Amino acid sequence: MTHDAGKISGYAAGSLLTVRDLSVSGVSAILSETTRIERMVSAERAKMLAGRRIALLFYESSTRTRTSFELAAKSLGATTTLVSDKSSSIEKGESLKDTGLTLRALGAECIILRHAHSGAPYLLAKSTGIPVLNAGDGMHEHPSQALLDLRTMLTRLPGFDVDTIHETTLKGVTIVIAGDILHSRVARSNAMLLPKLGARVILCGPRELLPEEALGLSEGVEIERNFDTALRRAQVVMMLRIQQERLAGLEINLADYISRYQLSNERMLAQAPEALVMHPGPMIRGLEIDGDVADGPNSAIEDQVRHGLAVRMALLVRALGASGFESIAA
Amino acid sequence: MSDLLILNGRVIDPATGVDGLRDVLLRRGRVAAVEMPGELRWTNAMETLDALGMVVAPGLIDVHVHLREPGQTYKESIATGTAAAAAGGFTSVVAMPNTLPVNDSVAGLRWMLDEARGACTNLFAMPAATFGSRGEEITDFHELQRAGAVGFTDDGKPLLHDRVMREALVAAAGIGVPVSQHAEDTRLTGGCSMNAGPLAFRLGLRGMTNESETRIVERDIRLLRDIERSEGLRPHLHVQHVSTTGAMEAIRRAKKDGLHVTCEVAPHHFTLTDEAVGEYDTNTKMNPPLRAELDRKAMIAGLMDGTADCIATDHAPHATFEKEQEFERAPNGITGLETALGLALRVLHRGEGMSLSRLIALMSWQPAEVMSLKGRGSLEVGSFADAVVFDPTAEWSFAVKASRSKSRNTPFDGATMVGRVMATICEGRVVYRGN
Repeated sequence: MTHDAGKISGYAAGSLLTVRDLSVSGVSAILSETTRIERMVSAERAKMLAGRRIALLFYESSTRTRTSFELAAKSLGATTTLVSDKSSSIEKGESLKDTGLTLRALGAECIILRHAHSGAPYLLAKSTGIPVLNAGDGMHEHPSQALLDLRTMLTRLPGFDVDTIHETTLKGVTIVIAGDILHSRVARSNAMLLPKLGARVILCGPRELLPEEALGLSEGVEIERNFDTALRRAQVVMMLRIQQERLAGLEINLADYISRYQLSNERMLAQAPEALVMHPGPMIRGLEIDGDVADGPNSAIEDQVRHGLAVRMALLVRALGASGFESIAA
Repeated sequence: MSDLLILNGRVIDPATGVDGLRDVLLRRGRVAAVEMPGELRWTNAMETLDALGMVVAPGLIDVHVHLREPGQTYKESIATGTAAAAAGGFTSVVAMPNTLPVNDSVAGLRWMLDEARGACTNLFAMPAATFGSRGEEITDFHELQRAGAVGFTDDGKPLLHDRVMREALVAAAGIGVPVSQHAEDTRLTGGCSMNAGPLAFRLGLRGMTNESETRIVERDIRLLRDIERSEGLRPHLHVQHVSTTGAMEAIRRAKKDGLHVTCEVAPHHFTLTDEAVGEYDTNTKMNPPLRAELDRKAMIAGLMDGTADCIATDHAPHATFEKEQEFERAPNGITGLETALGLALRVLHRGEGMSLSRLIALMSWQPAEVMSLKGRGSLEVGSFADAVVFDPTAEWSFAVKASRSKSRNTPFDGATMVGRVMATICEGRVVYRGN
């Protein structure tokens, strides 16, 4: 086969478009920077990106990701502006490229992009030449989510030091990701990031929401259709909601789905009483997850949100090349 | 019209079986003589072209191009598209009907074929098989054929309904022209933007399965068989841009069974796989999409063993701003007229060992046969003086900025090409001269 196309183009250093671009040492640098920033007193933290301008460009609704990126930027002292598709020239038909160029001309030094189309961050990064952070693109990836999930696991699972990670840190750890894998950018990012540290990722779901092609994500990935079987091996179980907005005509029998794939209290107690429970949100209680499990002692769902804020601070510092962040090109 | 004497070239004319050093005399738009070197010394007062070390072949014929006129001349026009064709060694192209408005009327067809459009090569057209290419009611095949139609297609869309496809095949059989099918079961490809497979999954793009192509090809073949049996007609199905192993195999079997099925393969489908999509490169987005390596190999096998009748580019120009969009929103298609010969020589001749004669047949004589272009695709004495002169060994790299097309949407910018066109001659006129 000949490779005439698909040339790897240069994107601004500090961009984060996919977890595939991160080396283990790059991940390690982000995590230690996260810890360093977290330990700072807030006045010191607020100097890190003082006077810098960051744009949040959101083409899809979001609560957690948008707020945490925004709070992260503000606590580092940066000026932020939020542009959403509902209240901007995007509604008038302005292209992503032109919107990006406009933001750049207004002084944005970094753009955080949430978009309904897979791959949109590549287009934006290529057209603007400034660092772009992928805050979720279609069914493709959600890299900052995978990083915060990783940090959550490292802090909640016993015996890990969040600041020293390497290729085998997660050796022997099995993470089950269950539910609507097909439409999930969170699943893709996690399934490609966690095996880099030696983890085993078991994807679990019905065929129509989890095609065999998912095995191509990473060598550390396997598919198990039976949720109970998968759970028995899990140290971590990550639940995903069914993305109604992306089903595109696909019909799911919810009663059947719930009986086979809901993380209920009974199932949890029977199959994986010790497992850490995670969910990237938004969560539909009573569908993919039982409310009691979400609120239970094993739940790390609120921790995920907290780590999200911290990890995103590090990603912004990395993107803007501030304070001698060393692994920009990692 | 002045005469032109092409001297010292290696004439390869698959239709007559000639492959050797010959001099060729073109006179009054026709091939006047093809003789051993020196034999044509007596002819005088004419332009000569020294083709020493070159191949002299029938002008290339592309049965599948989008020239965007009328309606979208910011992408391409008949003049610029045929200029790109000439630069690629083509002397005849067949324009698809998905213009604005759709070419579905005699008036529209006449307008398109009018000299005033400024085509620099021979221009043929395939009007829409159904009004507005809506797939519902077939157009007036009889009248359109009298006005020059060489076949009928709703290209870009399939003739999806059994009844409509059957009607089209029957009507076309009555006048001896093909129905050209864009074989895609659009009920299976909604929202899809690339080939189904591990890469589409990783990129979060919905994938078109091989089945979506194969199903339509198999359905069409069933219709052919049924029409032959029940109507006593012999309809001709031409399958456009075959891209899957299954469709190629179905066509192979149908040919073996004696049905009148022909098909084309596009250069990108024998050169690239879906891996080329890389990081959402919209210049690798077309329909049918780039497929898996197995499919690419099957396209080559089909071209080698005669299942595929011709190479056709599906030249589909789009403006840069249209391709600079989110992958799923960008339009389908790439330009292809200037890279077809270079890729065919590189991949099929140099890479796979296909003979020059077979390769030239796939790009001239056979497409002329498929579309019944009388007097084209051969250098037989009396044929139209359509010829291409190229250096079969020259290696060069294609630079899109030098393209004659109005558009720049190609994945082959900077790609290695083998074989350089030195001259393209259309009915005796030199319409392109390389350097």
